Amino acid sequence: MPISDWFKAREQRKYTTPTEASTPSDVPDGVWVRCEGCKRTLYMGDLERELMVCPSCGRHHDLAAPERLALLVDEGTFEEVDAHLRSADPLEFTSGKVYSEQVTAAEERTGLNEAIVCGRAAIGGRRAIVGVMDFRFIGASMGSVVGEKVTRAFELALAERTPLVLVTASGGARMQEGMLSLMQMAKTAAAAARLASAGVPYVVVLTNPTMGGVTASFATLGDVLIAEPGALIGFAGPRLVEQTIRKSLPKGFQTSEFLLEHGMIDMVVDRRELKDRVALLLSYLAAGDE
Amino acid sequence: MEFERPLDELEGKLASLKHLDVSEQPELAAEIAELEAEVARLHETLYAELTPWERVQIARHPERPKTDDYLQELFTDVVELHGDRLFGDDESMFAGLATLQGRRVAVLGHRKGKNTNENIRRNFGSPHPEGFRKAERLMHLADRFGLPIVSFLDTAGAYPGLDDEDRGQALAIAECLAALSAVRVPVVVVGIGEGGSGGALAIGFGDRLIMLENAYYSVISPEMCATILHKDARRASETSACLQLTADDLVRLGLADAVVAEPRGGAHHDPAMVFEGVRTALGTALESLSAVDRATLPDSRYQRLRRIGEIAGG
Ligand SMILES: [Zn+2]
Repeated sequence: MPISDWFKAREQRKYTTPTEASTPSDVPDGVWVRCEGCKRTLYMGDLERELMVCPSCGRHHDLAAPERLALLVDEGTFEEVDAHLRSADPLEFTSGKVYSEQVTAAEERTGLNEAIVCGRAAIGGRRAIVGVMDFRFIGASMGSVVGEKVTRAFELALAERTPLVLVTASGGARMQEGMLSLMQMAKTAAAAARLASAGVPYVVVLTNPTMGGVTASFATLGDVLIAEPGALIGFAGPRLVEQTIRKSLPKGFQTSEFLLEHGMIDMVVDRRELKDRVALLLSYLAAGDE
Repeated sequence: MEFERPLDELEGKLASLKHLDVSEQPELAAEIAELEAEVARLHETLYAELTPWERVQIARHPERPKTDDYLQELFTDVVELHGDRLFGDDESMFAGLATLQGRRVAVLGHRKGKNTNENIRRNFGSPHPEGFRKAERLMHLADRFGLPIVSFLDTAGAYPGLDDEDRGQALAIAECLAALSAVRVPVVVVGIGEGGSGGALAIGFGDRLIMLENAYYSVISPEMCATILHKDARRASETSACLQLTADDLVRLGLADAVVAEPRGGAHHDPAMVFEGVRTALGTALESLSAVDRATLPDSRYQRLRRIGEIAGG
């Protein structure tokens, strides 16, 4: 089956923090999947061992928040915060799908309460505040709750003078919350500015895709910006850009490698080396506090 | 504007009747009187309860007063500052120093043009990264020299071009947001026309938000919202109501502090009235903020942002 189907099957599974179960390993053995990059058929077990990176073409497949946490933080160290925050429907938005129903469906499908999971953890033995976004939850768009949880993560990092590591993935602002959603950009950017002026490190890992209002706010205000290989990162969606310029887009437009070349991020890091790299960076950036 | 078409048609008919000689056709007089009454009635009803989509059209009207007009009518001793010191000068963003009723301030504003040539140079008011970086430069300058910031919003949004992505459109906006949140001077924002998404927000939040009655401010354009939800931009009328993007909506959501009344049919029907309204609203806002200890402004601005958003199970 193609990987997207496997992900659909996986969506049915309930959210468990990595402290309870290391999520990727509880799939039955012997499942074959097709890589979305090179279209080769891969043995699921092999793919999982490589943290969902195709051993053949290097394609980094999307991860759910629990899986992301499992590979980023030290086993058994994650303590979730603000798990109870859930989206309201302030505008009673009903054009297209009914927003409140969309939220409920996303909750049921992902087992999450919103598109970001935040908490305290250790990375390579170093304390950190960690937040990871989950694209399966309404495209990890930023509404009031995502904005609030991100802001609280900045505030917690500030209060405990502990480095913050955010792993982003988002389609942008959550339009169903209208201006309340747009203002989360200002709110999270303001929180980032306060953390920066207090001298507490903030590392961002941009993953596929990180677009729109999230890229244009807290996601690019880190002291160090890391991206996973091949991730789509930008402001305007590629289709809109294409319509605007009425030309086809150059190969690799808005990918991590494109951003690195244009000087917009610090590095592109393979997922299998990500944890070590983040830990090393934290050891440098936290030096003043030791 | 589209929704004014019935009125335009009636007025056209009336004008052509008035050209005829009434003395030769006495029954015409009665017809003219009837039409005049109808035009007056339509004037009443058409503008009495404008829909959000109609307000969006008014906000985009080509003759609507623009940042340049406010600069000319409200300010004296205007000194424009150019360039982002990195790449270029973006004419879609105004940055400068000016005096408002004796008060020295820094001014930012999206800049639409008065004609096609000007609009092409100014990219129809949609900034490139250079525009935001120039704005950010002005924010730092205002902070260092203690100049309150007055910002005029009038953009469909940040420009979604290829080169803009190359040069970090998202990063330029993010830096503006961070800078504006931290300035130790009062920030007063005036929505004069379009408030299109992140490109508006980059210079569009602060200690006070004043909205013109028919200005809008939205997370996404109603057309793009309709395209995403319904694959049909023509349903923008429906989405503009759902998005709650009018001045009154913003007051109700606790985001805007004051609304400046516009003449019937929109600001372009009587710009002087709107200039006066904005002058008064700006004066009130700056006066109330002048009493505040400037060192506390970033904190109170943060608390203002902090309250925004609605959450269940908070
Ligand atoms: Zn592959």
